[in-house]
Amino acid sequence: MQTAFMDLPTRSVDSRHLLGRVHSFESMGTVDGPGTRFVVFLQGCQFRCRYCHNRDTWDISKGGRLYSVTDLVTEILPYMPFIDASGGGVTVSGGEPLLQREFVRVLFKMLNFQGIHTCLDTNGYVPPTQYDGELEKLVRCTDLVLLDLKQIDERRHTALTQVTNEHTLRFARYLNDMDKAVWIRHVVVPGYSDDVDDIRRLAEFLAPMDNIGKVQLLPYHTLGKHKWAEYEGAYPLCNISPPSRAAMQSLLAVFDEFDLVASIG
Amino acid sequence: MLQENTSATPEEQAERAWVGFAPGKWQQGVDVRDFIQRNVTAYRGDESFLCEATERTRKLWGQVLDLIKRENAMGGPLDFDTDLPSSITSHSAGYIDQSLEKIVGLQTDAPLKRAIIPYGGIRMVQASTEVYGKKLSPRVNEIFTKYRKTHNQGVFDAYDTTIRKCRKAGIITGLPDAYGRGRIIGDCRRIALYGVDFLIKAKQRDKEQCNLEHVDEASVRLQEELAEQLRALQSMKKMAASYGFDISRPAVNAHEATQWTYFGYLAAIKSQNGAAMSIGRVSSFLDIYLERDLALGVISEAEAQELIDDLVIKLRMVRFLRTPEYDELFSGDPTWVTESIGGVAEDGRPLVTKTSFRVLQTLYNLGPAPEPNLTVLWSPKLPANFKRFCAKVSIDTSSIQYENDDLMRAKFGDDYGIACCVSAMRLGKQMQFFGARANLAKTLLYAINGGRDEMIGAQVGPEMPVLPDEVLDFDTVMERFDQYMGWLARVYINTLNIIHYMHDKYSYESAMMALHDTQVYRTMACGIAGLSIVADSLSAIKYAQVKPVFDKHGLVVDFSVEGEFPLFGNNDDRVDSLAQDVVKRFMSHLKSNSAYRDSTPTQSILTITSNVVYGKKTGSTPDGRKAGEPFAPGANPMHGRDEKGALASMLSVAKLPYDDAEDGISYTMSLVPAGLGNDDASRVHNLMSILDGYFNAGGHHVNVNVLNQETLVDAMEHPEEHPQLTIRVSGYAVNFVKLTRDQQLEVLSRTFHENM
Repeated sequence: MQTAFMDLPTRSVDSRHLLGRVHSFESMGTVDGPGTRFVVFLQGCQFRCRYCHNRDTWDISKGGRLYSVTDLVTEILPYMPFIDASGGGVTVSGGEPLLQREFVRVLFKMLNFQGIHTCLDTNGYVPPTQYDGELEKLVRCTDLVLLDLKQIDERRHTALTQVTNEHTLRFARYLNDMDKAVWIRHVVVPGYSDDVDDIRRLAEFLAPMDNIGKVQLLPYHTLGKHKWAEYEGAYPLCNISPPSRAAMQSLLAVFDEFDLVASIG
Repeated sequence: MLQENTSATPEEQAERAWVGFAPGKWQQGVDVRDFIQRNVTAYRGDESFLCEATERTRKLWGQVLDLIKRENAMGGPLDFDTDLPSSITSHSAGYIDQSLEKIVGLQTDAPLKRAIIPYGGIRMVQASTEVYGKKLSPRVNEIFTKYRKTHNQGVFDAYDTTIRKCRKAGIITGLPDAYGRGRIIGDCRRIALYGVDFLIKAKQRDKEQCNLEHVDEASVRLQEELAEQLRALQSMKKMAASYGFDISRPAVNAHEATQWTYFGYLAAIKSQNGAAMSIGRVSSFLDIYLERDLALGVISEAEAQELIDDLVIKLRMVRFLRTPEYDELFSGDPTWVTESIGGVAEDGRPLVTKTSFRVLQTLYNLGPAPEPNLTVLWSPKLPANFKRFCAKVSIDTSSIQYENDDLMRAKFGDDYGIACCVSAMRLGKQMQFFGARANLAKTLLYAINGGRDEMIGAQVGPEMPVLPDEVLDFDTVMERFDQYMGWLARVYINTLNIIHYMHDKYSYESAMMALHDTQVYRTMACGIAGLSIVADSLSAIKYAQVKPVFDKHGLVVDFSVEGEFPLFGNNDDRVDSLAQDVVKRFMSHLKSNSAYRDSTPTQSILTITSNVVYGKKTGSTPDGRKAGEPFAPGANPMHGRDEKGALASMLSVAKLPYDDAEDGISYTMSLVPAGLGNDDASRVHNLMSILDGYFNAGGHHVNVNVLNQETLVDAMEHPEEHPQLTIRVSGYAVNFVKLTRDQQLEVLSRTFHENM
């Protein structure tokens, strides 16, 4: 039952009543971590990815609904029969969940207490000032991080997302130092992130890290296109088609060379 | 092929047939369950032992498929009788290709040729023959109008004005008053295990024991019915003999057991054109014979699979002559040859056998198909390999439905079968009086309109003032709605009492009832349609502001809604509890009426595909649905209103109380393959887990469709390229290409869970 519709500043209340701005739920998440997962999409993102399939999650001050952690846990618990049966759990995605990291941390803490597997689907955009106790606590109560590494090349990353990738790469190293389980996700967008040399550099970057469970190469798709219609400007990738199966296979082969487990999707 | 040792005594024949089986009380009297419990071999392995179709099977199925394609192209029957009313023995033996068939027996003398079965109603037969361009023989017409009354005529002799009005308005619809009621499962396995003579003797004993000292209607009826049953058993022997088999004695091997079982079923479909003609739970029974033959080395796995493939070919060829209107109501040409597979025994052993796999394997060997209606009795306790295989077959073929064995075992034991879509019954011990369904969405509108029908304007229900032109008050509406549900339940049960009295009188199912115990438990299987509309409408009235909109005759024909309200299908108790409450209330109203032949009223939440037709007949509802728009199928949330994904929707449905809907709660789930996961292995794993989770949460039934919408669109444009495209609807499956265009569009508009 959701009770909190009032827009309260997040720091003015105790942690159990901390409010998060939630974009939507997907009760049958099957592609965001192991098993079937209850996926919480949070509102707000710093990236402006040209291929974003959740364009409507960008603005953190508009859209979505406020939920307290308690309300959210109440929403999630009925799905335990599915979570137990599949070895699934809860994934917090977005938008970018790190924008509401205190909320996510309290949520995960409560899910830990219930024995529910937690997964953080993030772009890893953590500026140096945010490496603090709060971040460490969040990472500690996260069972698995799905880290979106969109482009290893700084220039092309900026072209694709309008922000730098240095924060994301630093966060990847931080997770490695913490020995936190990570799956890397890389969306393959023809012309933007499908260059085989870039992929090789990505593999080189990841190869020394022994906390990487797998690398998921996600073929770009156009399913989110309709969501752009209500926003300014045209869909930026309107002339781009999803990558071919053969192209995906050849990129996949690169990871084999580095003994990294990789899959399509 | 008539066997030798006709001189052997029945005891000698039984000894020969039962050699190698564990003895038990099943040998003293009819007790198929005891036989299964003592002899079944649970199989926990995977599907790697299965064989593909043999050359012979491919050839035989190829011939049938050609006929089916011709039939599809004609848009109606390939051929049908006009002058020979069907009975168990009416036709001489018919074959597809005798040199190839391992299991024989057709409804008529030619494959896919349809019989006329007029006992349910001659008008339906006459209309069907005329619409397909032939004339019913005047002699047959004369016999069944002048000399021999039918069920249909009996019913209309007894209907009163209220019933006729309700029927016309469509507040009660789909009633089996013009055709056979179906939904009775003869326990055909009895023929294989005991032979017909054993069954005859048992029935003769029962008949002698019937006490006629105090003659009353019930005892006379039973005496007459037993005589009819005995005649049917004799006819079955005669029918089998025309194919060269002596079924007076028990089957001695797997081939005979399969053939004998099928003859029992064939007798049923030659004598009844019932809405749903289910076969029961034969696969794990037949497995006992197959295991014995495999152990003896007299058959190979390929031959075992051939027997099952052949049985399934026969079950795919079941046809009835029906009118296009009937086909429109039920989408295509369904026969509901439901076969129940798997489940768990009362002592916890799985009843999954190699033949459970073999039956599912037919979907690969012969390709996907809507019939037989393969129904897996699911329990999280089933062997993991079997669950995995089911999930794989579902993903590949969309041809399986699943029902909660744990839920049903508690009520029906471990030898029940599913009739039609979701109706469980103890095999050979229980039957139901099929009662179609009442339209609760319309009933809610009657509550608002004081009993006047919103579409035809007539006063159908008891007259009350129309609710005033102001925001609807939840308590007032609920109180009224409850009163109208009480009224409707009374009219509904009365209607069914008339229908089933007449059906017993004029179209008694002697063949199927001969394969039941003499004393059976009967239920009056009522049903409801429009539950999610009612729940959302009540939610709108409770949580938002709903004002009626009147037409010039003072009739409420639409509603204006302001504000938000929770919607069924999002696991939100505020509205889900309204749905539960309506189910409970209507059930308690049904129970307060006395039902024919001391039957126990039950209800289902099932629409079949008539959710489209119901929608056409129902005016705008307070949830925002406009007049004429389709209902959601079965217990499904309305299209597009489940916003939290498939599992939220499943949880809402799983909360509906099975105790108050013992005749079944149907839920249909449509997924695109990518929605289940990124690769084949995770799709299979996820589907298995979803089924475990749903049934652990208390869900009763689910249809699983794994389809791309593009495939469906292509099939609409090029039906000839998709003759076997199967899609599960409400409790059964249909050939997508046989749906009307309206129904195809409705399927396409359903929520396909894509998972972004």
